[in-house]
Amino acid sequence: MSTSRFDVVVIGGGHAGCEAAAAAARCGAQTALLTQSLATVGVMSCNPAIGGVGKGHLVREIDALDGIMASAGDAAAIHVKMLNASKGPAVRGPRIQADRRLYAAAVRSRLDATPNLTLLEGTAGDILRDAGGAISGLLTEAGQEIACGAVIVTTGTFLRGEIHIGERRLPAGRVGDSPSTALALAFDRLRLPLGRMKTGTPPRLDGRTIDWARIELQWGDAAPEPLSWLTERITNRQIACGITATTPETHALIRANLHATAVYSGRIQGAGPRYCPSIEDKVTRFADRERHQIFLEPEGLDDDSVYPNGISTSLPEPVQAAVIASIPGLERAAILRPGYAIEYDYVDPRALHPTLEVRGIPGMFLAGQINGTTGYEEAAAQGLLAGINAARRADGIAPDRLLTRAEAYAGVMIDDLTLQGVSEPYRMLTARAEHRLALRADNAGLRLTDIGIAWGCVGTERAQRHVAFKAAVAEALARARSDTATPSQLAALGIAINQDGRRRTALETLGLPEVSVAEAARAFPWLLDLPTAIRAQLEAEALYAPYLERQDAELRLLAREERTRIPEATDFTTIPGLSNEMRQRLAQARPGTLGGAGRVPGITPAAMAALAVHLRRANAA
Amino acid sequence: MSHGTIFALVSGAGRAALSVLRLSGPEAGNVLQVIAGRLPAPRHASLRRLRNAQGETLDEALVIWFPAPASYTGEDVAELHLHGGPAVLRGVTDALVALGTRPAEAGEFTRRAFLHGRLDLTQAEGIADLIAADTDEQRRQALAQAGGALSRRSAIWTAQCAGLLAHQEAAIEFAEDELPNDLAQRAQAGARMLSAEIKAELAQAPRGERLRTGLTIAILGAPNAGKSSLLNALVEREAAIVSPFAGTTRDVIEISLDLGGIPVTFCDTAGLRDADDAIEAEGVRRALARAGTADLRLVLFAADAKPDAATLALLGADAIVIGTKSDLGPPAMVGALPVSTRTGLGLDILRARLTAAAAARAGVGGVLTRPRHRAALGEAVHWLDEAAQAHLPELSAEALRAALRALGRLSGKVDVEAILDIVFNEFCIGK
Repeated sequence: MSTSRFDVVVIGGGHAGCEAAAAAARCGAQTALLTQSLATVGVMSCNPAIGGVGKGHLVREIDALDGIMASAGDAAAIHVKMLNASKGPAVRGPRIQADRRLYAAAVRSRLDATPNLTLLEGTAGDILRDAGGAISGLLTEAGQEIACGAVIVTTGTFLRGEIHIGERRLPAGRVGDSPSTALALAFDRLRLPLGRMKTGTPPRLDGRTIDWARIELQWGDAAPEPLSWLTERITNRQIACGITATTPETHALIRANLHATAVYSGRIQGAGPRYCPSIEDKVTRFADRERHQIFLEPEGLDDDSVYPNGISTSLPEPVQAAVIASIPGLERAAILRPGYAIEYDYVDPRALHPTLEVRGIPGMFLAGQINGTTGYEEAAAQGLLAGINAARRADGIAPDRLLTRAEAYAGVMIDDLTLQGVSEPYRMLTARAEHRLALRADNAGLRLTDIGIAWGCVGTERAQRHVAFKAAVAEALARARSDTATPSQLAALGIAINQDGRRRTALETLGLPEVSVAEAARAFPWLLDLPTAIRAQLEAEALYAPYLERQDAELRLLAREERTRIPEATDFTTIPGLSNEMRQRLAQARPGTLGGAGRVPGITPAAMAALAVHLRRANAA
Repeated sequence: MSHGTIFALVSGAGRAALSVLRLSGPEAGNVLQVIAGRLPAPRHASLRRLRNAQGETLDEALVIWFPAPASYTGEDVAELHLHGGPAVLRGVTDALVALGTRPAEAGEFTRRAFLHGRLDLTQAEGIADLIAADTDEQRRQALAQAGGALSRRSAIWTAQCAGLLAHQEAAIEFAEDELPNDLAQRAQAGARMLSAEIKAELAQAPRGERLRTGLTIAILGAPNAGKSSLLNALVEREAAIVSPFAGTTRDVIEISLDLGGIPVTFCDTAGLRDADDAIEAEGVRRALARAGTADLRLVLFAADAKPDAATLALLGADAIVIGTKSDLGPPAMVGALPVSTRTGLGLDILRARLTAAAAARAGVGGVLTRPRHRAALGEAVHWLDEAAQAHLPELSAEALRAALRALGRLSGKVDVEAILDIVFNEFCIGK
C-alpha cells in the first residue's frame, strides 16, 4: 500500500478527463489523470469528427480558454468543413474529421507537455472523504491510496456499462474495455441519483472492401478553417468522404429483425438520443422514407477503418452483415467490428452545483457523459470548467468559476443540465441559446479569453495575441461607427439606399442585406485593408447589432432576472403563493437565480411572480 | 400573497333559501371532518349535521368535498350548502374561524386558482369580468374568456408559431441531414399567414374592449338646446335638472344604460358658449374634453335657435345630429333627426339608432377584451412580419422567438424543449 498526494485527481482519460486534467494543471494545481489504460487516452470512441453546429461553438470556447481539443483536432484534421457556410456567422459551425490515431497522439503530446500534470494507469476503486464529508482522496482497485483535495469523475459510459449486440450482452465501458464496477458501488454509497441511458455506434467497415467507384465523394472546404485560433493552417493531407444510402431492401431486413434488437425487444430501457437515432429507429419512425443517407468517414490517413455515419445499430452480427451488403457500394464490404448499443448509468445533473461540484460533497466533481450528455465537445467543455473549479477547491477556495448563458454555450449547457436535468443524452444545439446571435464561433476568444486570463487558465502566447487582436477589433469597430457617407454618395457608388439624407456609417452600410463587403468598400476603401478575422467581426456586428438593439429591453429584463440571486439557503417549501408542485420542482432543481427558476421545467408564470415577490421582500428585509 | 385555509360566502348575501360557503386550503379536509363528521365521497353531495367544537348543532346542510387538485382553486375545497339566514351563517362562520380558518380576501379564490395553474391569466381576467358584468353581452363575453376562448385561441397561435420556429431551427441545426430544402421558405410563408390571421383578430379587438369597458355617448349642444331633457327622456327618469334657464348644467352628468346588452354611459354636458362665469367656463371646457373622448356624440340643435358655431364644429363621423324641440318647428339643421321630449316624437327612432350604433362599436365577437391582449398580439405581429422578410434563417428564427415570447405573455410560455420535440417528431434527424 502506497500513498501519493495531488491537488486534483481526474478519473478517466476521455475527452472530459483530458480537458479537466489539463485545465486544473494550467490553473496551477498538481494534477493526476488516472486511466484504466494509458493507451486509450484521448480515444475517439464513436465517430471520428469534432465540431458541428453548436458543438463547433463549444470547441471554439474550449480553445478560447486555452483547452486542448481544438488544437489537437487541427493536428489530426483530414477533412474540414464549415457547416452552414451559406447562413450567417452566428450559426456557422466549424467541423473536422480526424485521423483517430493522430488525434489521440496529439492529445497525449499536449498532456505530456502540460506542467503540473501526471498520467497514472490504474482503476479507481473507492472515493475517500474526511470527517466533514469532503473529498480526501481515492483508492485504486490495486490498493493504492491517492490523497487529494478534489476529484473529477469523468467515466463516460463506464458506470455499469453494458453492450448489446443482438441478443448478446456483455458488461463493458466501450468495446474491449471493462466497466467501472467498483466505482459504481462507490457511487451507490454516496447516494447519487442515478438514471439509465443508452447510445449506439455503427459497425466499422474495411475501406479496402468498399466499392468506392460507385460512391459519391464529398470533399471538405477548399480553404479549410482551423478549429483553434492559434493554428496557422491545417497541414495534413485532406481526404474525401463517401455518401451512399440505405435501400428498401435494407429497410425490409431491419423490420424483419427488429425483435432481435436489444431496444425493440425491451432489454434496454434507457433513453437514447433523438438526434442520433439507430437505423432501426429511423426505419420504424419514418416508415415512408425509402432511403436514409450514410456518410462513409475514413478513420485515418493510414487506417483502413471506415465509419458509416447514419447506421448506428444493435442488430445481431449476421443481420448487420446483410444490412451492409444491401447498401450500394457496400455489397462486399467487410465488417471490422460490429455496431452495438450501450446502456450505462448517468448521474442526474441536478445533483450538481453549476460549478459541476456535487451538492453536499465538497471536492467531488463530475464531468462529461456521466452527467447525461453526449458528444466529445460537450464532455470536453464540462471537463474544462470542472478542472478550473476543482483547482479552486483544492486551493481551499469555494469554487466560483461560472460562465453565464449570455457569455457562452458552455454556460447554456451547464445551466440546462443543472437546472432542468436530462431526459435523453444532452447535445449542444444553437436552438438552446437565447443569445444565439451574440454567441458565435467566430467571437469565442473575444467573449471568453479575458475571463480565462482572469481565471489563470490561459497561457501567455494566447493572452498576448488576444490582447492585440481585441484592440485591433475595437479600433476597426470605432472607425466603422464614425466613418460615414451620405445616401447620395452611396447611390453614386451603386449602393441602393433610401435617399433620406441621413448619413450612414460604414457599419450600417455593411449591415444592409443586399450590400457585399466589396460594395461597401467602394465607399469605405479601408475595409479591404483589414485582416480577414477583424473584418469578419465587423460584418457580424453590422448584421446582428440592429436586431440585438431592438431586443434590448427584453434582454435587459432577462439580465435582471439573471442577476436576482436566490440565496443557497432558501427553503422553497415556505414561500407563500407557491403550489406544492412548484415547490417540489424548485427544491429539486435549486436554481441560483430568478432567471434560472424560470427555466426549471413546468414552472408557471404565476410561480415566477410569487418567487419574485418573495425575493424582493427577502432582499428588502 | 397569503396562505392558510380560507372561506367565503359564495352565494349572494341576505335572506335566501340557501347560502353557499366555500372553504379552500390545506386544512379544508380537517375542518370538514370536525364540523360534519367524516369526509364525504369526493364530488358527491351528502346531507350532514354540522356541529361546532362544543358539539352544538348549527345546521343540516348539503356538503360537497373536492380534494386537490381537481377543485376550483386546485387546493382541497369543501362547499357547505346552508339554510339561508344570518343566524345560521354566523354560527357556521364562527365555528370555522374557531378552527383556524379565516375569511377570504376579495378575489382570493381566483388568485389561488391562478397560482395553482387551474386558470391561466386570460381566464382569471375573464372571471374578474364575469363577476363585474352588468349586461348580458358582457356576461357572454366574460364567460367565453373565463371558459378559455382566448386561451385556446392563443394556444393555437402559439403552437403555429412554435411549428414555424421548429422549421427554422431544424434547417439551422441539421444542415447535413436530408431535410426538405425549402424549410426556411415554408417557415417564412407560414409567418406571413399567421400574421394575417392575428391581424384579423386584432381588427376586432376594439369591439371586445369596448364591450368590456362600455361605450360613452356625449350629449352636446348650445345652452338650452335641451340636452338634459333628452338625457332624462332616454333614461326615462329625472336624472338631470331641467330648467328654462341657459347654463343650468355646469358639470358633466353621467348616467348608465343597458342598450341592447352593451353598457352605455350618457354624459350630459354644459352648454357650449363663451361663459363669463368661471364655473360655467370650466363646465364648457369639460364638455369639450368629453366630446373628444366619447365613442359617440349626440349633437343637438334646437328648433328655436340658429345653429351656433361651437356646436357646428362638433359634427363628424361619430356624431348623430338631433333637432330638438321639434314640437316648436322644423329642425334648424338639414338632415337632423327631429325629436321632441315633450311629445315623444322621434325618441323611439333615436333609441333604435343608438342601439345600432352601440352594436356597431362593441360586442361579443373577437376574443380580445383588454389593451394588454392587443399589445401582446401587436408585438407578435410585428415580429412575425419581421420573420417573414428576414434574409437569413437565424434572423428569421430570432424574430419568431420574439413572436413566441409575445404570444407567451397572453397565457403561458413555450420553452426550447417544446421546439426540439417538434423538430425530432417531424424530421428524421441523425445522419
